[in-house]
Amino acid sequence: MDLFDNLMLGFSTAFLIQNVLYCFLGVLLGTAVGVLPGIGPTATVAMLLPITFNFEPVTALIMLAGIYYGAQYGGSTTAILINLPGESSAAVTALDGHEMARQGRAGPALAAAAVGSFFAGTVATVVLAVAAPPLADVALRFGPAEYFSLVLFGLIVSITLARGSALKALAMIALGVLLGTVGQDIYTGTPRFTLGQRELFGGIDFVSVAVGMFGIAEILRNLENERTRVALVGAVGSLWPTAEDRRRIVGPILRGTGLGAALGVLPGGGHVLASFTSYAVEKRISKRPQEFGHGAIEGVAGPESANNAAAQTSFIPLLTLGLPAHPVMALMVGAFIVHGITPGPNVINDEPALFWGLIASMWIGNVLLVLLNLPLIGIWVRMLRIPYQVLFPMIVLFAVIGTYSLNFNAYDVYAIAFFGLLGYVLIKCGCEPAPLLLGFVLGPLLEENLRRALIISRGDASVLVTRPISAVLLALAVAALAVAVLPSIRRRREVVFAEDE
Amino acid sequence: MDRRRSLPDVLAGGILILIGGAFVAGALGYDRGTPLRMGPGYFPLAAGAIVAALGLAIAVKGLVAGEQITFGTIPWRAVAVLSFAVVFFGFFVRRLGFVPTSLVTALLATLASRHVRPLTAVAVAAGLTAAATLIFVVGLQLRIPWF
Repeated sequence: MDLFDNLMLGFSTAFLIQNVLYCFLGVLLGTAVGVLPGIGPTATVAMLLPITFNFEPVTALIMLAGIYYGAQYGGSTTAILINLPGESSAAVTALDGHEMARQGRAGPALAAAAVGSFFAGTVATVVLAVAAPPLADVALRFGPAEYFSLVLFGLIVSITLARGSALKALAMIALGVLLGTVGQDIYTGTPRFTLGQRELFGGIDFVSVAVGMFGIAEILRNLENERTRVALVGAVGSLWPTAEDRRRIVGPILRGTGLGAALGVLPGGGHVLASFTSYAVEKRISKRPQEFGHGAIEGVAGPESANNAAAQTSFIPLLTLGLPAHPVMALMVGAFIVHGITPGPNVINDEPALFWGLIASMWIGNVLLVLLNLPLIGIWVRMLRIPYQVLFPMIVLFAVIGTYSLNFNAYDVYAIAFFGLLGYVLIKCGCEPAPLLLGFVLGPLLEENLRRALIISRGDASVLVTRPISAVLLALAVAALAVAVLPSIRRRREVVFAEDE
Repeated sequence: MDRRRSLPDVLAGGILILIGGAFVAGALGYDRGTPLRMGPGYFPLAAGAIVAALGLAIAVKGLVAGEQITFGTIPWRAVAVLSFAVVFFGFFVRRLGFVPTSLVTALLATLASRHVRPLTAVAVAAGLTAAATLIFVVGLQLRIPWF
C-alpha cells in the first residue's frame, strides 16, 4: 500500500540519528517555552530560525515543528500547576486542572493531559498522512485565480476564529497585507515605501515583525505589573490516575481528538478554538456538569487532546497548499524558502523524504514528549522558579542577535523595535497581533496571484467568479465574513471565549 | 457588556488611519497601471484605502459604542529602555563588535525592570553575553567580529 510505503520512507528519514536528536531538541525547547509564561512558540521559532539555516532542510523543519507542538504540551503543565497558562490554548486546562492540583491531584491531571495529548497526536499524525496527498493533488490544479481566492478565504476565516472584535481583526489583517507591500515590486522592480533606504528594498523581514509583536510587545505587557512569581508549586504526588479516572478520560480524549483534528485545519488559531469547544462539549454531555470548574478530569483530558490534535493537523494547509494557519507556520514558510523549497502541493512529490519525514517525526516527537513530561516533570516545575528578570533580557538579546544574523541588516533590528512598540500599543487597544502577521505573510501572495490572474485573463476580473473552485472559495469567504460580523453568532462566539476570563 | 465611548478604540482607529493614509499618499506616487496590467501602485493604494476605512470605522464605533477595554498602566521605563537596547544593538554591532554590543544591550535590557539590583543586572548581563557568544559566535560560527 502507498501509505505504508510512504510512512516507511518517512520513518527511515525521521529515525536518522541527527533528525531524532533535533526532534528531541525541538520538543525540549518547545516544552520549555510552553512551560514558561511570557515566551511563546512564535517568538522562539523566530529567534531560532537563523540557527537552522545551516541544517539539512528536513532536520530544520523537524526541529521547528517540534517547538510548535512541544509548546502546546508544555503549556498545560504551567496551567495545571500554577494556574497560569503558558500558551493561550491551555487557558481552559487551567480551569479544572489547577483545581485538581489544589485538591492534591496534580499527578493524575498531568497524566491525563499527557496521555490525551499523546493519543491525539498519534491519531492526528495519521489524519495528516492520509489527508495531505489528495488535498495536494487538488491544489496542483489551482491557477492564480484559485490561489487568490483561497488566500482571501483563509484570511477571512482567521477573523472568525480571532478573539475580540471582528472589525479589529479585519483591520489587523489589512494592515499586515499593507505592510507586506514594502519593498521592491515583483513585476516592475519599483521600490515601494522604502524611504530611499537600500536596506528596505527586500521588504520588511517577517522575523522582525514576529519577534517585535510576539517577543518585545509581550515583554512590555509583562513588565506592566511586575510581581514575583508565586512559587506555590508543591510536590507532585503519584502520577497514576485511579481506575475511575481512567474510565472517565476515555470518552473526552476520543471526542477531543476528533474535534481538534477537524478544527486544527482552520487558519488563525484552530487549536485555541478546539480546546474551548472540547471543554464546552464535555461540560454539556457530562452527567456531572456541576463538577466542571471544581476539578473534573474530563475538563483536562478533552481540551488537552483537542489542542494537541489541532497542533498536528494545522500542518495540513501548510504542507498541501503552502498556506500557514498559524504565525508559527508562517515562520516555517520562511524556513522552507530559505532552503530553496516552495511550500505547497509540489513538496509531496518533489521532496517525499522531507514531507513524510516531517510527518513521521511528529509521531516520534509525541513519544519523546510523553517521556519528557511524565518522568521529568520535576525539572519543569523547577524551571518555573527562573526569575523573569533573567528571562526577559535573555529573550531580548537572543532576539536581536538572531534577527541580525538573518541578513546582517541593521534595519531588521530597528524593525523589531518599531513593531514591538506598534504591537504593544495595538494590543493595549484590543487588537490581536496574530492576524496582522498572517496578513503580512499572505499579502504578497494575494497581490502576486491577483495580478497574475488578471494578466492571464487579459484584465477580465470576472475570472475570479467564473472559475468554479475560485467562485466557491469566494462565496465561502463572504459567508465567513457574514458569520464573523452577524451579531447573533458573534454573541455565541463571545460565550465560548468568555469562559477563559 | 457596557458599551460606550472607548478611548483605546479611537486610538487604534487613529493609528490605522494614519498608517493607511501614509501608504495611500505614498502609493499615489507610483504607477497605478490598468486593471489588466496593474502597476506597482495599484494594490498598495487599495490596501491602504481599506486600512484607513477600517480605522475610521473603528474610531467612529469607539466614539459611539466602543469595546470597554482597560488600557492599564504603561511601563514607560521599560518602553524607553527596551527600544533603546534594540536600536543600540542594530546600530553598534558592526562598529563595536559582538561582545561589547551584546553586553551593553543585555545590561540595558535588564534595567527595564523596576525591581532589579545593579549587581544582579551586571551579573545577568555578563552571563547572557557569555552564553550568547558561546552559542552564536563559537557554536554557530556567526560572521560577526568579536570586538
